[in-house]
Amino acid sequence: MANLKDLKIRIKSVKSTQKITSAMKMVAAAKLRRAQEAAEAARPYAERMDRMIASLGAKVAGVGGPKLLAGTGRDDVHLIVVATADRGLCGGFNSSIVRAARRRIDQLLAEGKTVKVATIGRKGRDQLRRLHGDRIVSSRENVARNVVSFDTSDDIGRELIHMFEAGEFDVATIFFNRFQSAMTQVVTEQQLIPAKIPTKDVGDAAENKVMYEYEPDEEEILTALLPRSVTTQIYTALLENSASEHGARMTAMDSATRNAGDMIDKLTLTYNRTRQAVITKELIEIISGAEAL
Amino acid sequence: MAETTQFELVSPERLVLSQAVEMVVVPGSEGYFGVLPRHAPLISTLSPGVIDIHEGGSVTQRIFVAGGFAEVTGERCTVLAEVAMPLDEIDVAKAESNITDTRDVLKDVTDPVERAKLDNKIATLEAMITAKRAA
Repeated sequence: MANLKDLKIRIKSVKSTQKITSAMKMVAAAKLRRAQEAAEAARPYAERMDRMIASLGAKVAGVGGPKLLAGTGRDDVHLIVVATADRGLCGGFNSSIVRAARRRIDQLLAEGKTVKVATIGRKGRDQLRRLHGDRIVSSRENVARNVVSFDTSDDIGRELIHMFEAGEFDVATIFFNRFQSAMTQVVTEQQLIPAKIPTKDVGDAAENKVMYEYEPDEEEILTALLPRSVTTQIYTALLENSASEHGARMTAMDSATRNAGDMIDKLTLTYNRTRQAVITKELIEIISGAEAL
Repeated sequence: MAETTQFELVSPERLVLSQAVEMVVVPGSEGYFGVLPRHAPLISTLSPGVIDIHEGGSVTQRIFVAGGFAEVTGERCTVLAEVAMPLDEIDVAKAESNITDTRDVLKDVTDPVERAKLDNKIATLEAMITAKRAA
């Protein structure tokens, strides 16, 4: 049977772990609120961007159009952008993204395509490095340290478009977690390049039938709009990701705190039992000693 | 009350402004255009400049915008701008020092992607100063 001192030390250590996890939960909750607000504040921009692309894309579709929309006409080289967090301790958040990305990579490789990987966030890089280390063409970290800035997304977007124009890939897809609630995050796969024309049910149908005038003209607007749209999609993805990360961490830390509580209860029970056993034993020794006399 | 247009100014981070206005003048890439209610549907790119919001026959708000798009329909005018800042809040001295700093950085940058970004930043700041001076 474990002795009393060991048990006491054990209880103390679990208690301090519990303190840490509950503090992390608190921090994650505060950050979650901020991240969620940022994600919501950014929504109007993305929505209106989609609406514009929908009305423009419908007009230009089929007539070639800019490369970012029409694609390179090939489907050989895929770039997989994996957006994860920089830090762990957030449940299955990182692993689920990486798992989805890995499955996609394997599938593409089986189809005989070339796959390149770009990672955003340290955990994704670390987890992918083992299997697909030689495919990682770029990696970034510290993207979502405090608040995701549009500037950073813009950098990433520019880099992607630069690579695309240099003919380094044909299709780019981003993997991230879409925030649903603090408990649930949905791994999402979204094609960035060539641009997907948003489906018509964005906005009401009547509005989409409006014939717009274009200044300067459709092509030129699209050329300006598409890179911006890539950036916006990345920005939205990163915002969703950061909200999901904090949500996942909050949930994970909450259950960690609860588990620590259970463990403390169990250990305390054992501790008390052991103590009682020791006392009883001592009493028996004294009594039987007295009887022997 | 006169007929109004629902004007919305959106930056990537947030919805900056959403209000009903009588007229709004937007700096399109092919020249400034005014939007009144029942304007013909239009999509235009923006050049850096100042958005004027008119109400009751006079300008009530002036906002500097750069890098974006405007979408106009009969009832709405939506401006998506990368930079949006009320003209009153522009500090010429600060913008100028910012330009100098950026130029310093630019000197040592060789990466074309990065260079394009910094050039863009300088152009925006310069337009900001011009707009402020002209006001």
